[in-house]
This record gives sequence, C-alpha cells and structure tokens, in this order.
Amino acid sequence: MSAVETLLLPVAAIGRSTLAFLAGVGRMALFALATVSHILRPPFYLKEFLHSLMQIGYFSLPVVGMTALFTGGALALQIYAGGARFNAESVVPQIVAIGMARELGPVLGGLMVAARVASSIAAEIGTMKVTEQIDALVTLSTNPMKYLTVPRVLAATLAVPVLVAAGDSIGIFGGYLVGVNRLDFNAAAYLHNTVNFLENWDVISGMIKGAVFGFIIALMGCYYGMNSGRGAQGVGRATKAAVVAASVLILASNYLLTELFFSA
Amino acid sequence: MIELRDVHKAFGQNRVLRGVNLTVPDGESMVIIGGSGTGKSVLLKCILGLVEPDSGQIIVDGSEVIGTDRSGFLDRFGMLFQGGALFDSLTVWQNVSFRMLHGAEKRPRDEAREIAIGKLRRVGLKAEVADMFPAELSGGMQKRVGLARAIAADPEIIFFDEPTTGLDPIMAGVINDLIREIVTEMGATAMTITHDMSSVHAIADKVAMLHEGVIQWTGPVSDLENSGNAFVDQFIHGRAEGPIEAVR
Repeated sequence: MSAVETLLLPVAAIGRSTLAFLAGVGRMALFALATVSHILRPPFYLKEFLHSLMQIGYFSLPVVGMTALFTGGALALQIYAGGARFNAESVVPQIVAIGMARELGPVLGGLMVAARVASSIAAEIGTMKVTEQIDALVTLSTNPMKYLTVPRVLAATLAVPVLVAAGDSIGIFGGYLVGVNRLDFNAAAYLHNTVNFLENWDVISGMIKGAVFGFIIALMGCYYGMNSGRGAQGVGRATKAAVVAASVLILASNYLLTELFFSA
Repeated sequence: MIELRDVHKAFGQNRVLRGVNLTVPDGESMVIIGGSGTGKSVLLKCILGLVEPDSGQIIVDGSEVIGTDRSGFLDRFGMLFQGGALFDSLTVWQNVSFRMLHGAEKRPRDEAREIAIGKLRRVGLKAEVADMFPAELSGGMQKRVGLARAIAADPEIIFFDEPTTGLDPIMAGVINDLIREIVTEMGATAMTITHDMSSVHAIADKVAMLHEGVIQWTGPVSDLENSGNAFVDQFIHGRAEGPIEAVR
C-alpha cells in the first residue's frame, strides 16, 4: 500500500460511514412512507391496535406520571432559587406551567416512552423475526407491515399526546406541591397564576410534539425489530439501536418543532 | 405442479442456489435432502416469496410467481417451519386458525375455534391444549400445533422445513407418520426439506439431492439406495469420505 493510500484510509472510512448513514436514513424514510401508506389502506387490525393502545398508552402512564411529578417539583425549586437572584421568585407557577406544557412534559415523557416502548417493540418484533414468526405471517397471507407495524405506530401516535397531557397536569401538580409545601406559596394564588398564564397553544403544541414523538418511537421500534440480526445478539443490538435512534430523533424533532411553533 | 427453472440466488459473494431445476407434480411428496447450509430453506423461501431469487423462473400450476403479488397465491399454501414459528402472544387455537380469524376467508370466532380443535385432534392433540400458549407446550407438541396450522385451511401445497429437528426419535417418527397420512389424505402436493433419513423414507414419493446450489440427483425414494450418484451415496450413508467435503 502506497503512502498516499495509507493517508487516504481515514477519509475512505469517513466516506463509508457517511454512505452507510445515508443509506440507513433512506431505508428508514422508505419504511416510514410504507407505514403511512398502509395506515390508509385496509385490512385494519382493530384488535392489535387496541392491544397496542393499552400497552403503549395505559401501561406507560405510571412511568410518565412519576417522571413528570418529580420534574415538576424539581423545576419549581430551581426556578425559585434562580428567580431569587433578581427578585422573581413569584413566577414559579407560570414558569413551571409553561416549562412542563411546552418542553419538559413532551420531551421527558417521550424519552421515557421511548425507553419503555421502542425497546419492547424492537425486542418483540426482532424475536419474531429470528424465530421465523414474521415469515410465518407472510405464509398465512398476512402483511407483517399491516399486522405488526401499523397498529403500533398508530397507537403510539395517538397515545403519546394523551400521555403528554397527563404528564403536563401531573408535572404542574408536582410544582404545586413543592410550591405550596416547601416554598410557602398560597395554594389558591398558585393555581390562579398557573391557569391564567397558560394558553391553549402551550398545551396543544406539547401534544402535537407528543404525536410526532409517538410516531418516531413506534416507527424506530418496528424498523429495528424488522431489520434485527440473527440470534440473541442481533435482537439485543436492534433493541439498543431502536432506543438510541428514537431518543436522538425525539430531541432533534423537538428542536425543529419548537423552532416551527415558537420562533419569532 | 411446481416447477423451478434455473433458479439462482446469492447473498453477497455466497452463491447459494446456482441454477436449480426441479419439478414437483400435483399430489406428489417431494423430499429435498442435502447438508446444512446448502440452500434447502432458501429454495423453499424462494417459492414462497420470502426470498426473491436473482434469476430463473418459479412456475406454480402454469403461472410464473416471481415478482407477482403473492397474497392470493399464498392462500393455497401451508408451511410447517423448522422451529414451529408459533405466535407467542396467541393461544394455540388462535395460532391454528390464524388465517380464519384474519384472512380473506375470515370466519366467525366460534367456528374458527371449532375448526382449530378439529385440526388439533387430527394431529393427536387434545382439545384442552387449545387455550394454552405455545410457551407452555413441549417441542413435539409445538411441532404438532405447527402442523395443525399448516393444514388448517386445507391447502393444496404444503411445505415442511426440517419437520423432525430437535425431536426425540419416537416423536420424530410420530410427526413423520402424521405428515405422510395427512399429505395422502388431503391429496396435497408436498415439499419437505430434511437431512433426517428416517423422514425421507417415511414421507417421500420422490427425493431430490441439493448440493453446491444445484440438484445433483432426483428419483423415486425406492431408488435412493441404488442411485448411482456419489453425492447421494455419501449423504445417505453418512460417510465422511466422498465428494461432499465434511468441513464446510
């Protein structure tokens, strides 16, 4: 190998990684398009959809609720401590409300659901793949995309905004508990300030983010599950990749949505 | 009739199928033998459309199937997978009657359950098994459930992928006998892939030997011992010496 070729090796490695990354993005985009197109076409698997709705929505409520409760409480303490530097302690109810509804509710809720649901979907579908259950579905004249992916993606897209709304309420309640019990706010004044300050768009924008995050979470779980490698190691890698991809995409799309909704 | 003409399939540099030609007439039970990793499963998956061949033709009852929509075509097939491939989240009866619960020939739930129980009885399982989950069954019972699912919709063509792998000799014999009985009873065309010689003798009308991506020999099971083919002789007698390399 010549000296020039040796020097070019790192460049070639970067090129290979870039091409592989772009190919991956392309495959993911095609998978997303195929999923959306199947959502609109029969057959529809209502039972699988309702089952996914329970698994993704209802059973994620405790983890989202606990996350929101503690986040709301911590946020109240931080705003109070930070606000004290310029005599703005009184804005705790307003900032907790806006922070939870616009950012922390959807993002932390989305990340917690990603950890719980994207991993579970990828592991389940990945195991189905390595044990030939996906092939079995095809031989039973059932499209795996319609039977496995569409119900999960649809359920997550509908369930996560509801979880976000619940998380917002619980987070604000967490702030209220800390504000009233630790920071000596008047309970009625705290609630009054919260309700008066929050606008519909604060809550709705958070729920729209939740819908996008839900779509991303289930899509990543299904994509990596369907493309899982062989054996336990393959399923493990698929699970890890699903959670990482979903988390990164949630944070990236959160920035883009915030830019879209709130930039002046 | 199933006809394969010059079917090729490669995975990267690995040329698994290198021009397979094979004909399986209606109502015949064809067993494909060959060592592990010789492409037997890939061959079946090519016919089912689970793997797309690189070139060649696959013709079922006079119609080319490569590149076509196989949803209707697959309604005529039943498949028993090597590991059973039962759906973990569904009960045994829901697995067996999956096609009747979801497919184009959807039937009322009670009727689908009755049919499933009938098929379970046909493969020697009691009705009590119907409400159990696959994880609660032994390997032999899972194979039987897989077999019941494969025959549930009375298919015209049934594929069996290593039907006795992982079973003890007695259970393997039971499954072999069941497959033979069911295929004869239904008049179905059957393709079985195996390297278990007891399965070959129990199930086959005809045998084809796949090695190095091509069919090396095909003939009636009665001619297997006197095939005159060095690959077949080595394989059926399990010799380490011969044209098939022991280390692959």
